[in-house]
Amino acid sequence: MDALRERPVLDVSGLPTVAFGRSNTTWLANVFYMMIEGTMFALLIASYFYLRTRTSNWPPANLPPTLSWGVINGIVFLVSLVPARYAQKVAPTGDRAKIRFALMGLAAFAVLNMVLRGFELANLNCRWYESAYGSAVWSIMGLHCGHLITEFVETVVILAVAFTDKMEGTRLVDVAINSDYWYFVVASALVSDFVVYGAARFL
Amino acid sequence: MALSEPIVIPQASDLERLARAWAQPRGFWGWFMNVHHTAIGVRFMVTSFIFLLLGGILAALMRWQLARPEHGVLGPDLYNQIFTIHGSTMIFLFAVPMMFQGFGVYLVPLLCGTRNIAFPRLNAFSYYIYVVGGLLLWVGLLVKTGADAGWFSYVPLSGPEFTPGKRSDFWAQMITFTEVSALGVAISIAATILRHRAPGMTLNRMPVILWEKLTVAIMVIFAMPAVMVVSSMLLMDRTINTQFFNPAVGGDVLLYQHLFWFFGHPEVYIIFLPGTAIISTLVPVFSRRHIYGYIPIVCSVVATGFLGFGVWVHHMFATGLPQISESFFTAASLMIVIPTATQFFCWIATIWHGRLQLRLPMLWVFGFFFVFLIGGLSGVMLASVPVDWQVHDSFFVVAHFHYVLIGGALFPMFAGLYHWIPKITGRMMNEGLGKVHFWLFFIGFNMTFFTMHFLGLRGMPRRVYTYTPEMHWGALNTLATTGVGFMAAGIIVFLVNFFDNKASGRLAGPNPWSGGSLEWATASPPPPYNFAELPTVNGREALWDAEPNQPIVRGLREDIPEVLVTHSLDSDPEYREESPGPSIWPFLTSIAVSIAFIWSIFSPWGIAYGAIPVVITLIAWLWPRGHSPARRELERREEPWTR
Repeated sequence: MDALRERPVLDVSGLPTVAFGRSNTTWLANVFYMMIEGTMFALLIASYFYLRTRTSNWPPANLPPTLSWGVINGIVFLVSLVPARYAQKVAPTGDRAKIRFALMGLAAFAVLNMVLRGFELANLNCRWYESAYGSAVWSIMGLHCGHLITEFVETVVILAVAFTDKMEGTRLVDVAINSDYWYFVVASALVSDFVVYGAARFL
Repeated sequence: MALSEPIVIPQASDLERLARAWAQPRGFWGWFMNVHHTAIGVRFMVTSFIFLLLGGILAALMRWQLARPEHGVLGPDLYNQIFTIHGSTMIFLFAVPMMFQGFGVYLVPLLCGTRNIAFPRLNAFSYYIYVVGGLLLWVGLLVKTGADAGWFSYVPLSGPEFTPGKRSDFWAQMITFTEVSALGVAISIAATILRHRAPGMTLNRMPVILWEKLTVAIMVIFAMPAVMVVSSMLLMDRTINTQFFNPAVGGDVLLYQHLFWFFGHPEVYIIFLPGTAIISTLVPVFSRRHIYGYIPIVCSVVATGFLGFGVWVHHMFATGLPQISESFFTAASLMIVIPTATQFFCWIATIWHGRLQLRLPMLWVFGFFFVFLIGGLSGVMLASVPVDWQVHDSFFVVAHFHYVLIGGALFPMFAGLYHWIPKITGRMMNEGLGKVHFWLFFIGFNMTFFTMHFLGLRGMPRRVYTYTPEMHWGALNTLATTGVGFMAAGIIVFLVNFFDNKASGRLAGPNPWSGGSLEWATASPPPPYNFAELPTVNGREALWDAEPNQPIVRGLREDIPEVLVTHSLDSDPEYREESPGPSIWPFLTSIAVSIAFIWSIFSPWGIAYGAIPVVITLIAWLWPRGHSPARRELERREEPWTR
């Protein structure tokens, strides 16, 4: 036993207990989640285009979705990247006041996005039960609504944590990772808008 | 090649602290709180084995019905339900949960030389959600609402027009449950492999089985969303009147097949690659040498993962697709032969140049070689469009995919179980009984399924509940049914052997097979902290290649469950991370999610209202409780975020 205790040792006691960015395991898991969700979006969009090839009229007996609400929401999504990036920047500093400010901004944008999304849904000019086109449009928008609501809830919960003294260590990493996921929500919104509003007009 | 001693024992007081930090909760509620990967991995294995037995009973019922012409054991409606539940059970509730989740969750952290899986609570949640999905399908059968449109539930048969009631809805939501489970485990396994490997275990030294688990996890991440999307479309067509598959208003039934098989064919490799990984692990151990052709084998595993996504249309050759796409997918399907054959030749070369020990696990490996080879050869035949058209939907296809799936999953599974049960239970299985099990199963399997090739070539279609004497299929069907009796006897012998092993098997010790990978570097069964001293790695077979004074890792805290996070490529230590401890919330969240999913079968509002308890349980799961013990230490160092 004594001899065994003399085996060389790789001492890791000096390593940090928190890592931001790519080193973090949760960051990696978040990438996997985005791959899963991204695949879902890709398959729904592929289904949209597949169904397009099955019919000569697209949209069939409908007007395309009203462009204005989609454009406005798209711009708001793009501007929302500012608080998301700011949250990611201040997270490693542990400055709770700045983190709260950034997360409140992000949550406010998410609320605005959801309200505008309501107007978008009201002006899609089709219903999901009328045709395969309507089903495809509503499924893409519906999937994105699910992401928007989920991300809003997550932001609010992290904001609530930021009002306690438990906003420390890995919770700060959560703030930064939450911003990564918001980037995904914005990117998938823009791609979805491009398909739903663009393909109905130009295909 | 020098064999290293298993990595051993530090001071008793250190072990006591480790045991306290990693203690698994006991008692009734403790069972639902446990999140350690060894416990959850064993649960996946046991539960999926129970589903294997249940699916096997259904198979026996079908064979009994078909044993002779115009047999009256099962009526057509019950037969339809039974073959659907049989296929769905074997694919979704047995094969993937056993081969990927069960073996993966139990073995991956041990093979990586770490103390728990990454995201253990997500992993535990994945188990419960899988169990509910399985119960949903089977309760449906027991209350005469069993899915009856086949394991792939093609539309329009499974759609609202031809399958009213809730049968297809139960099937579609079972898919959601099991795929959420597989995705959760895939994230845990991939993150563990990429971030929790022992220092020194660079990508180039990673055991083949870890390469395979990583490949399959990535395949799950890209393939499972397809079946979730398509089963959700089916459910929505049936519950909220979407029109995805209704040709009258622009829908298309082939969309279902495209999406289903975009998942369905990778699924074959998700089942088969874990089997080949077991073979790649066992062959070197029982040949007493390193595997021949490590790099070609790893490349083959990864290539199979890629190619698996490019062959789905070969399931649709009879649907009238353009000839150019049929030619493309024929070529792609034939290409799968290259990586598979590469692995075969590497295994043969390893055995050829090694010192073969024909122990019980190896017997099953040879069974795999024989059975899977036949399945592969009939697969080459089916990849050719004219042959595929000739035998489409006949018993030839049934024979082929049972040779591939039982050959690719069940034979390696038994090889793996006989190999690792001594690690899991600490006791050896009886070799004599194991050999009886093997020969009964091997003979019975070939009697049943080789016969089906001839039935298919003589025109017997699959999924018929009976046939007339004039077809002259009776004798071959009787022979096929007799084989089921042999297989059942073999399984009974295995169960006797297993329970005898639990009661009075010979003690295994840490490394009964003198294996080279890290799971053999700890006690059998492993303690709750897996390794008293965390290992470092010096070669592809960590124990065989270890230096006499191979370094050990020190410095992880022993008063809290802590794991070491290392770099994805070169596995250099990067930081220490607290591993989430026992919690009841993954279980309660799985209940809330289950209520929402099942409610949605009966009302679309189920998802909306059901989301409320899901959110509440998720917040309770993730809400931080108290300060992390790591905080005080970090405060001492005055890292910026502690100000």
